[in-house]
Amino acid sequence: MEYLSLFVKSIFVDNMIFAYFLGMCSYLAVSKNVKTALGLGVAVTFVLLITVPVNYLLENYVLKPDVLVEGVDLSFLSFILFIAVIAAIVQLVEMVVERFAPSLYASLGIFLPLIAVNCAIMGASLFMQQRNFAGVGESVVYAFGSGIGWLLAIVALAAIREKLAYSDIPKPLQGLGITFITVGLMAMAFMCFSGLNI
Amino acid sequence: MSLFSKQSKEAFLTPLFTNNPVSVQILGICSALAVTAQLEPALVMGISVTIVVALSNVIISLLRNTIPMRIRIIVQLVVVAALVTIVSQILKAFAYDVSVMLSVYVGLIITNCILMGRLEAFAMSHGPWESLLDGLGNGFGYAAILVIVAFFRELLGSGKLLGFEVIPQSFYEAGYMNCGLMLMPPMALVLIGCIIWVQRAIEAKNE
Repeated sequence: MEYLSLFVKSIFVDNMIFAYFLGMCSYLAVSKNVKTALGLGVAVTFVLLITVPVNYLLENYVLKPDVLVEGVDLSFLSFILFIAVIAAIVQLVEMVVERFAPSLYASLGIFLPLIAVNCAIMGASLFMQQRNFAGVGESVVYAFGSGIGWLLAIVALAAIREKLAYSDIPKPLQGLGITFITVGLMAMAFMCFSGLNI
Repeated sequence: MSLFSKQSKEAFLTPLFTNNPVSVQILGICSALAVTAQLEPALVMGISVTIVVALSNVIISLLRNTIPMRIRIIVQLVVVAALVTIVSQILKAFAYDVSVMLSVYVGLIITNCILMGRLEAFAMSHGPWESLLDGLGNGFGYAAILVIVAFFRELLGSGKLLGFEVIPQSFYEAGYMNCGLMLMPPMALVLIGCIIWVQRAIEAKNE
């Protein structure tokens, strides 16, 4: 039950995009049509699902004070270690997917390397560090929920932008201006979930 | 090459308005939105990013001929991560309250697209002095947007600036109310949308 509430919470209440604005750059750049948006969303979820638990283990068995060597606090290294893990895993995932699932690779191809510098991935690891999850299970659930939340947000925006292309918008506001305001309105709608008591 | 040749002046000035990293290139939005509920964290964030962009630009520009092309992204990430770690430790030591307010967003400077964008597009192909100016220009351009958004959000949302009451008490007695919605995340997005709108409208008029 606890896992379920964490899962729902990380999708709707703590949505990566609407509550924390993480991964905004690729969110805005790759949301022009639903199909590519879906591809990127799946890739982000996939990478989150691997990196957050790995970083969780690193955090708890290497970085925290006294866990590796008595009296040594390595927590100042967390940024460098997390980003190195993320960059390495993204590379690894890319190679594995290319080798074993060429069709998936063809559809995700261009997005995978970009994910290493997606704030949502790094952000999830940093939130994991901040929130002190009780076990690997929780970090997996959190990662999956955040990924699905991100996927949901980007697919929804892409669908709206496909419709927006036919609307009559003042010239200077066209393109990114109206996209920002649309995302703002979507975020307002998502705010109603923050009252959810689970 | 003189210190302030036309080229290096351009490297500094264009990112401030005509090629602003946030409102024109749409880079580094994540942190631009999240830390702007008040002016103080926005200022600190702007300064931190400026320092990191400028220094990492210089370092990468000095190293640019020795970095193997294939692993350049990792090298850049490591340089940036090391600088961000230093900034975050300094913030924790000297401005603890602000560093708590900024929470994970200091760490997220590493994945701020402005950094990678400038390193890839500028520092890898220009000398250290120009890279420094380019870094400073982009940092200030980013800080400017942060400060504008934070100014409106704090003023309209809580009637304060930098924590000081600026809306006189008599206004509240006359029935003025703070707009709590301004402090919520969605309004940051709407405000940036409006800034882009204004900027494009000005540019269209100038043409």
